[in-house]
Amino acid sequence: MSEHVATHDDHDHGPEKGLMRWVRTTNHKDIGTLYLLFSLLMFLIGGAMAMVIRLELFQPGMQFVDPQFFNSMTTMHALIMVFGAVMPAFVGLANWLVPMMIGAPDMALPRMNNWSFWILPFGFAMLLSTLFMEGGAPAAGWTMYPPLVLQTQDAFPFLIFTVHILGLSSIMGAINIVATILNMRAPGMSLMKMPLFVWTWFITAYLLIAVMPVFAGAVTMLLTDQYFGTSFFDAAGGGDPVLFQHVFWFFGHPEVYIMILPAFGIVSAIVPTFARKPLFGYSSMVYATASIAFLSFIVWAHHMFTVGMPVAGELFFMYATMLIAVPTGVKVFNWVSTMWRGSMTFETPMLFALGFIILFTIGGFSGLMLAITPVDFQYHDTYFVVAHFHYVLVSGAIFSIMAAAYYWLPKWTGNMYDERLGKIHFWLSTIFVNVLFFPQHFLGLAGMPRRIPDYSLQFADWNMVSSIGGFAFGLTQLLFCYIVYKTIKGGQKATDRVWEGATGLEFEKLSSPPPYHSFTEAPQVK
Amino acid sequence: MTRKQELRSSNRRVVLMTGAAVVLMFGFGFAMVPLYDVFCQVTGFGGRALQSTATAPARIDEDREITVEFVASVGKHAYMEFRPKVAKMKIRPGQYVQTSFFATNLNRTPITGRAIYNVAPAEGSLYFHKTECFCFTEQAFKAGEEREMPLVFSISPDVPDNIKTISLSYTFYDKTANNQVAQLTTQGE
Repeated sequence: MSEHVATHDDHDHGPEKGLMRWVRTTNHKDIGTLYLLFSLLMFLIGGAMAMVIRLELFQPGMQFVDPQFFNSMTTMHALIMVFGAVMPAFVGLANWLVPMMIGAPDMALPRMNNWSFWILPFGFAMLLSTLFMEGGAPAAGWTMYPPLVLQTQDAFPFLIFTVHILGLSSIMGAINIVATILNMRAPGMSLMKMPLFVWTWFITAYLLIAVMPVFAGAVTMLLTDQYFGTSFFDAAGGGDPVLFQHVFWFFGHPEVYIMILPAFGIVSAIVPTFARKPLFGYSSMVYATASIAFLSFIVWAHHMFTVGMPVAGELFFMYATMLIAVPTGVKVFNWVSTMWRGSMTFETPMLFALGFIILFTIGGFSGLMLAITPVDFQYHDTYFVVAHFHYVLVSGAIFSIMAAAYYWLPKWTGNMYDERLGKIHFWLSTIFVNVLFFPQHFLGLAGMPRRIPDYSLQFADWNMVSSIGGFAFGLTQLLFCYIVYKTIKGGQKATDRVWEGATGLEFEKLSSPPPYHSFTEAPQVK
Repeated sequence: MTRKQELRSSNRRVVLMTGAAVVLMFGFGFAMVPLYDVFCQVTGFGGRALQSTATAPARIDEDREITVEFVASVGKHAYMEFRPKVAKMKIRPGQYVQTSFFATNLNRTPITGRAIYNVAPAEGSLYFHKTECFCFTEQAFKAGEEREMPLVFSISPDVPDNIKTISLSYTFYDKTANNQVAQLTTQGE
């Protein structure tokens, strides 16, 4: 221990001055900030694309954009939101929080950390550049099904290499998180004492390591089919396009849990704080997370019931999918039990966490409906599916990220956010996210297909309602940007504990804001 | 060992193990291609009939008759005529039957084509044996050439009773045309 202290007598130096600080940094707090700001930028770009989609769908008929561009918008919106907004936001939160929560001075592999962030802007610059290319941006959907995706013109190789870069970034991030959690925990911080956010990220990191390479393989096969004469998915050469769907969803289903497990961790941190009670059923939460992760590998074909499958296969994937409701139910009931008879207050992070629990559960229920094979034949590729995954991703994943931002922003910056504006942001978001997506359930049940720029007249009313909700939800998020900006600039000083009921090393042992190098001496955890 | 060295070596261990997992899973993505073929052969999924050189089955089931339908179509951008000799026939399970398809190259240039088949219902493909077939091999056609392409097959007597009709569908793809058209669309847009 004495050696450790002796080699670290320079632990008080601050960040480098100037812009190069951000390029060269290996500090987990700086990299976390970079990730979070980058994801906010991507959220705005992807959101602008969603506005184009809702604008075109405001009325039936073709109004503003041509169908090819409309399809580009749906495709790019999905790719940017999934890989640019949600995933980097969670990685950013992990960067900021995992070391502070387990009492580590930094991430285990700080240089790799720098690299895994800095290749992201290049990946997205490449993806966005396709908007200006001959033949337009990719328009075959984010699922990139062949043979349609092979019609992508100049943008095609850029799409593939973007996916490679994003995959590389996520894999490096995941390896870093696994190494940090396994090797850097403070003395006494046993695995079953780790905060749930750390646990959920630990499991998410393994999911990333397992499925991102499969995705990279699938798109590489698309690339060789297009340019090097292979026939993995080309029927003319004896391949099978359905095979791509299997490989893609073998990645794709764990991917959707990659985007929700860290959200479970965030909500499990926030609910106990504002209920002023410890989390109900900690270990069952850990096991439920692990079960969800395991089940995510054996349900992929529920995305493709309609492509044809032996009946035994459809039944297997239907039952396996429904099984996921059990561990997810465990979680929801644990959160509710945590709040039961707690002395609850409703600050903005708690409001977003509660919004998450209710709206995510609605999304979970529509997921159960979609899991039923025979009815899925009717719902497949309709707006019902769109409503389902936006409930789990927007009012699920994004709401949890908002909750996390409000919850930890005072810790990170040392300033309280404006509570009044935060509450306005929450209520506007919650009202309009429902105006935006709830009518899409009706549209889908009535048979409106997704990814089509025009629709029959009977869908006109609910589409207009949905579009109005969309514009209002989009504008509301500008308020969030302003709140974040205002909090970084200044405001009422936050206490070290920030919240009355907050627990965990980051609130108990560190100042607000924490020093640039925190926990250079590992804390003792009892 | 100091704590720092210890940390470095355990970090290296984690990176090596997770890195190996990454490489393994990348390989697994490709391994799904042959695995999928095995899965299709075992379950009949995808409707690929069995290619067998087996000797004639021991018995012919005289009590049942199965209708076999032949469908011929040409793939995207293939300028060919392709038709079966007969549209359908009734055969007894176990009986070996010969029929043929006719393919004509309507281009003024030579082409290379390839025929892909599919059996419906997929379950029927488990009992559909072909002993002679022109599928999956590249076929060169001179300009305007017409060719008869023979097919010998039988349906196993084990075929379940609920299967009364089996369709064998062939699609002829012109490998040479695909490239040309791809270039044309790129220039046209």
